[in-house]
Amino acid sequence: MTVTAHAADEHAGQARHWETSWAPMAIAFGSMFLAPLTFAAAAVMLASTGARAAVLGAPTQGEIGFQPVNSDNAADIVWFHNAFLLPVTIGVSALVLVLLAYVVINFNERVHPTPSKTTHNWTLETVWTILPALALIVIAFPSLRLLQKQMIVPTPDLVLKATASQWEWRYGYPKEVGGFQFDSLPKDDSDLDLAKGDMRLLTVDNAPVVPVDKVVEVDVTSLDVIHSFAVPSLGMRVDAIPGRLTQTWFKAEREGVFYGQCSNICGIGHAFMPIEIRVVSADDYQAWLVRAKKKQFASMEGVELAAAPPTR
Amino acid sequence: MTTVSGFVSSDAEKHAAHTPPTGLRRYLFATNHKDIGTLYLCFAIMAGVIGSLLSIAIRAELMSPGMHVFPVISAIMSGDGSDGAARNLYNVFFSAHALVMIFFMVMPAMMGGFGNWFVPLMIGAPDMAFPRLNNLSFWLLVASFCMLVSSMFVEGSPGMNGFGGGWVLYPPFSSTMGTPGPAGDFIILSLHLAGASSIVGAINFIATIFNMRAPGMTLFRMPLFVWSVLATAFLLLLALPVLAGALTMLLTDRNFHTSFFDPAGGGDPLLFQHLFWFFGHPEVYILILPGFGMISQIVSTFSRKPVFGYMGMVLAMLTICALGFVVWAHHMFVTGIPLAEQEFFVITTMAIAVPTGVKVFSWIATMWGGSIAMRPPMLWAIGFIFVFTVGGVTGVVLANASLDRQLHDTYYVVAHFHFTMSLGAVFSIFAGFYYWFPKMTGYLYNERLAKLHFWLTFAGINIVFLPQHFLGFAGMPRRQVDYADAFTLWNFVSSIGAFIAGIGTLVFLYLLYEAFAAKRVAAANPWGEGATTLEWTLPSPPPFHQFETPPAIRFDGAGAAVAEGGH
Repeated sequence: MTVTAHAADEHAGQARHWETSWAPMAIAFGSMFLAPLTFAAAAVMLASTGARAAVLGAPTQGEIGFQPVNSDNAADIVWFHNAFLLPVTIGVSALVLVLLAYVVINFNERVHPTPSKTTHNWTLETVWTILPALALIVIAFPSLRLLQKQMIVPTPDLVLKATASQWEWRYGYPKEVGGFQFDSLPKDDSDLDLAKGDMRLLTVDNAPVVPVDKVVEVDVTSLDVIHSFAVPSLGMRVDAIPGRLTQTWFKAEREGVFYGQCSNICGIGHAFMPIEIRVVSADDYQAWLVRAKKKQFASMEGVELAAAPPTR
Repeated sequence: MTTVSGFVSSDAEKHAAHTPPTGLRRYLFATNHKDIGTLYLCFAIMAGVIGSLLSIAIRAELMSPGMHVFPVISAIMSGDGSDGAARNLYNVFFSAHALVMIFFMVMPAMMGGFGNWFVPLMIGAPDMAFPRLNNLSFWLLVASFCMLVSSMFVEGSPGMNGFGGGWVLYPPFSSTMGTPGPAGDFIILSLHLAGASSIVGAINFIATIFNMRAPGMTLFRMPLFVWSVLATAFLLLLALPVLAGALTMLLTDRNFHTSFFDPAGGGDPLLFQHLFWFFGHPEVYILILPGFGMISQIVSTFSRKPVFGYMGMVLAMLTICALGFVVWAHHMFVTGIPLAEQEFFVITTMAIAVPTGVKVFSWIATMWGGSIAMRPPMLWAIGFIFVFTVGGVTGVVLANASLDRQLHDTYYVVAHFHFTMSLGAVFSIFAGFYYWFPKMTGYLYNERLAKLHFWLTFAGINIVFLPQHFLGFAGMPRRQVDYADAFTLWNFVSSIGAFIAGIGTLVFLYLLYEAFAAKRVAAANPWGEGATTLEWTLPSPPPFHQFETPPAIRFDGAGAAVAEGGH
């Protein structure tokens, strides 16, 4: 479980800053404390996997509804769907089915040999034009209100950067909390610990950790083709588009592990770039930041920094 | 129902110069609208079988988690059974499945097949306005299909064959970034040819319908199927050039170092999506409008009642066409387009539900008070109305950008558009096929087999796509070759449905064989007095040429078209 540092990527400014200000300190710091830190990190890792938070955002076998909700936005989506759209979809489908059954039974040629000559009825036609329109207007109000809530990002407590590439996610933390970044890849099948709640194609080796009850803005972009950042139980989905920075946000209501997947066809690894977000208490988050920064420094030791991906 | 035989009796002398050419010449150089229609229908059946096989392979792979089927197919096709090659082949298959079904099955069947066959017959015209253009239209499509199939056997992504970026061709995956190999160019050129074919066809339909209606066949007396083809032709004419523009830009990005869609050169991948969906959304109405027209004819015929609310039906179709051009960005709600833009497209998209509702209610009202004969075409038409309604209401769900945030690119979307297309459009095609088969071939088919085909398909496809709504709610992304174990149950059920529907397709193919082998001769009008359009006044099959001098069209008390005079 190592954190790979990338010395440079297409965001050269950020990378240069990292290199010039953090790298020398990191190497010095690392060489002084490397041995004890390695032990400490290992101990903490063991402890943290033992006390792994419950998985709260994942699909379950045979379910017919949404995943559990863990943010205000996700809760609103599920409420809006179940209160407004589900009755409409089921109601209209059932109405049409009943009407079809009624006409097929009652106006069958055997029981109704002489057809009527009716060809229009303006009242009826007006009603079935106006009524659906009114129903749609009723739906539009909560729909647009929720859309505004999703799109207008409140002042964030943490800005997380998610950078997609074929086929992995890289998460970057802002300078204020350490300015580090790491890659997140699905765990190999052989590394999965199913007893601890690991899930094939969902659990990753390095998950970003965020504090509970804080507004987290996620800035999303891509280094190559279009990917999509989606975590259903947190109500997030936004495309990762090269040359653009897209945004989404969430405020997790409880601690836990929340899964998502890349949702835009991006090549042969499309099914193999999951997203895992771990939400922890403020204290645990601070502790994780310390460890993450140290792991970051530790990973500098080999100075086997990954090359920047090609940008054409 | 009056059958007028004067204008169809074939006078040997007069037709001496017009005996149909035989053999290869008849079809290769075909200019007769019925021959070209037959070519289109045979082509659509062939493409439909290929597209179905692709989908069965996909469902077989998704029957259980892990990779099982595609490594084998890949080993057979290219000798490389590695995971990478198998994943690539899966992507190539679902991309090809979409392109084949859209451009080479539904469009050729509806416009090329039924449109060519019945628009001239229904308006009392001798042929299409530009018969040679019609020939070009068909053979361009064959060339296009050859390019598409070829693309599967040349390099796309490095070291792998075929294009695997989905039918939407989003760059940078479709540009040299994701698909440097020639498979990308093959796909682009294939769609260019298909687009040219459709534009040419659309011009032909517009010219025919506006100029070649027999006297008395006014615009607002035209059968609704003709209206639907006219509306579709305008959609094609306005939408496809935009696709052609986007494809050309993509082609020059790939080959001539332009950067329309490349951010490194100041371009923007989102520009392609805007252009593509400006075409792509009207395209989905192109796929369904002729189906609306056919369903109207069939429901009216088998209820023995004129269509309820004819004007409302025409206006609804025209409204759908107009709105269809201002809803495109609802395919892009999660690309980060601004809030105001999303709000606009939410409203316009939801508005489309209104004219669509008018059509569904009018079909039911047409049946209401009728005298319904549950013959196979009617069975398919009633099936269509139900499944299209289900697909329509899930469309209202997805129209809400706030809900699309949760459902976009999940199996909910897959379920939605297959309910409108794989069930809706395909059911209308089969309804039309069973409705007009006796007219086109002169033979009756086995109605028991046709009903068996319906029930197998209806059950099968509902089992395929209903559980996919649940997968979508649970967040399963589409276009993935492997999935988390929690999605296993519904994927398994879905795959079982695909096999049932596959058996239905075999029944259909056997039905075709049986009908041609048994040679039960069909009367001019096998459906009785409910069939009021002009094609039923001609023998089955109609003569090689009809209405060579325009007949006068009169409508009797029951609204049936009667052709008088003319040769």
